[in-house]
Amino acid sequence: MFQIRIHGRGGQGVVTAAELLSVAAFREGRHAQAFPSFGSERTGAPVVAFCRIDDRPIRLREPIMAPDALIIQDPTLLHQVDVFGGLVPDGYVLINTTRSFDELGLSEFLARFRRERLYTVAATELALKHIGRAVPNAALLAGFAAVSGRISLESVNAAIRDRFPTKIADANVAAATEAYDSVMKEMQEAVHAQAD
Amino acid sequence: MLKQIEGSAAVAEAVALCRPEVICAYPISPQTHIVEALGRMVTTGQLTPCEFINVESEFAAMSVAIGASAAGARAYTATASQGLLFMAEAVYNAAGLGLPIVMTVANRAIGAPINIWNDHTDALSQRDCGWIQLFAEDNQEALDLHIQAFRLAEELSLPVMVCMDGYILTHAFERVDLPTQEQVDAYLPPYDPRQVLDPANPISIGAMVGPEAFMEVRYLAHVKQQQALELMPSWTDEFKRIFGRESGGLTHSYRIEDADTVVVALGSVLGTIKDTVDEMRERGVRIGVLGITCFRPWPTAAVRAALAAAKRVVVLEKSLAVGLGGIVSSNVAASYTGSPDLVHTVIAGLGGRAITRRSLHKVFGEAVEGRLEPVTFLDLDHAMVERVLARERELRRSGPIAENILRDLGVVAAKVG
Repeated sequence: MFQIRIHGRGGQGVVTAAELLSVAAFREGRHAQAFPSFGSERTGAPVVAFCRIDDRPIRLREPIMAPDALIIQDPTLLHQVDVFGGLVPDGYVLINTTRSFDELGLSEFLARFRRERLYTVAATELALKHIGRAVPNAALLAGFAAVSGRISLESVNAAIRDRFPTKIADANVAAATEAYDSVMKEMQEAVHAQAD
Repeated sequence: MLKQIEGSAAVAEAVALCRPEVICAYPISPQTHIVEALGRMVTTGQLTPCEFINVESEFAAMSVAIGASAAGARAYTATASQGLLFMAEAVYNAAGLGLPIVMTVANRAIGAPINIWNDHTDALSQRDCGWIQLFAEDNQEALDLHIQAFRLAEELSLPVMVCMDGYILTHAFERVDLPTQEQVDAYLPPYDPRQVLDPANPISIGAMVGPEAFMEVRYLAHVKQQQALELMPSWTDEFKRIFGRESGGLTHSYRIEDADTVVVALGSVLGTIKDTVDEMRERGVRIGVLGITCFRPWPTAAVRAALAAAKRVVVLEKSLAVGLGGIVSSNVAASYTGSPDLVHTVIAGLGGRAITRRSLHKVFGEAVEGRLEPVTFLDLDHAMVERVLARERELRRSGPIAENILRDLGVVAAKVG
């Protein structure tokens, strides 16, 4: 079982992101379960949503306390909420930001994890460019597909097309595709840097 | 057809396939997505003929369902929590009149203090009202139980409540197999009411009944529920034949064949319990699970048979009989042939407190080792409770308990997990 926890703020589409991820996994023939951290989802308040992916039916209903992957939609949460709580040592992290881990003050903390699984993506900027609104979901999910290799870009895009009307879906798919390419490029550069 | 959808959407699709003619609804979380989806289906013409009636309260919702059902229409509504309490008088009336209404209860706690999260307090408060009460373990079963509920309700002329855990199921996206209209039509015949209000043939339904006949009317309600116990197992076979899967029935047992310890529970927590039991089995612990699908009528014989070889029983329930202990466990103890001392009550998950494998391992481990108290509150913060009690000893005007606890915790908003 692979467990993903998504952190964001009310109104950023955290719950939708988890749902889309589950649909993408379902389209690949996997079992998936997405659910929100129910309750007081006020606009701007910290919100968490969860997604589990497995090859067999998922019965477990507890919140995800030891995630294999974290998607952080809003970097301002980093110093407000324990977003990294329980992350497994070889876990994946994707943060929506234009800043580096150094600039975010995370380098020292993240040193205990595997550097090649930790990435950032400018998802909000890509959303503004392609969709015209600060809705970072598509770019983040595509970035997650690139970082983790657990899901294909095609499945993420298909889940987006399932959910939204054509025009909005097209814009989201454009944001997703650029995000995927940018993270893949960053990953290749990291591999080359290591080889050097 | 396999779909990856929200539990509420799956239930709405299932209800629509049952061809309800009247749906009345008043919004309350966490059931709202179900009736919203049905409302859209009526508006777009996907569900027709059907009248969707927005009402001014839950009391009105059940009253409209009663009127519609008495007029011969297949009627459906949904509610939760305080909404169920607000309609309670009409809930009893629907059962007393023998009207086959189907209602989803998206289980949620009851205040005060106000709490929108999941537990079973709402449905269990109505356990003696005369409705059949079915509890879903996952969204596939929630969907299937609604189809079975209409059949059962109309066959017996009794209302049926389908209970599904609020948020945990209603708001979870997971894989479900949606049946076809042909499958549902093959299983669920058109509604043929035993009693109809018809201007062409006027009758009265719900007249006053005095001491001369009231006992008999109530007794017949009990007899009908006993009939449900006889009918349901064979209908499960028929369901399997048409839909290709097992779903519903009275109880589900899991790895109980050689189990010394059997855990009994209702609803979605059964999944987490089964995963925990699998992990304990790997260590050689002889433990199993009994899921109660049909809570009313209480399946005495099925529970007794399933627990016959158990040396101890742990009833884990999301409800509390304040001043007694467990509600479900009282029912289980009455069906267990061993000593009642061997039936342990674990109150868990009240107001949405997460029930984790870690906590289940601890409490089941204590049970296996014979160290579990008769009544345990899972993950209770004893220090927090002691602070409140100390404050009350020291101060006459100690203030409101809930607000004092939140202040002690240093939180102003609710936190989950």
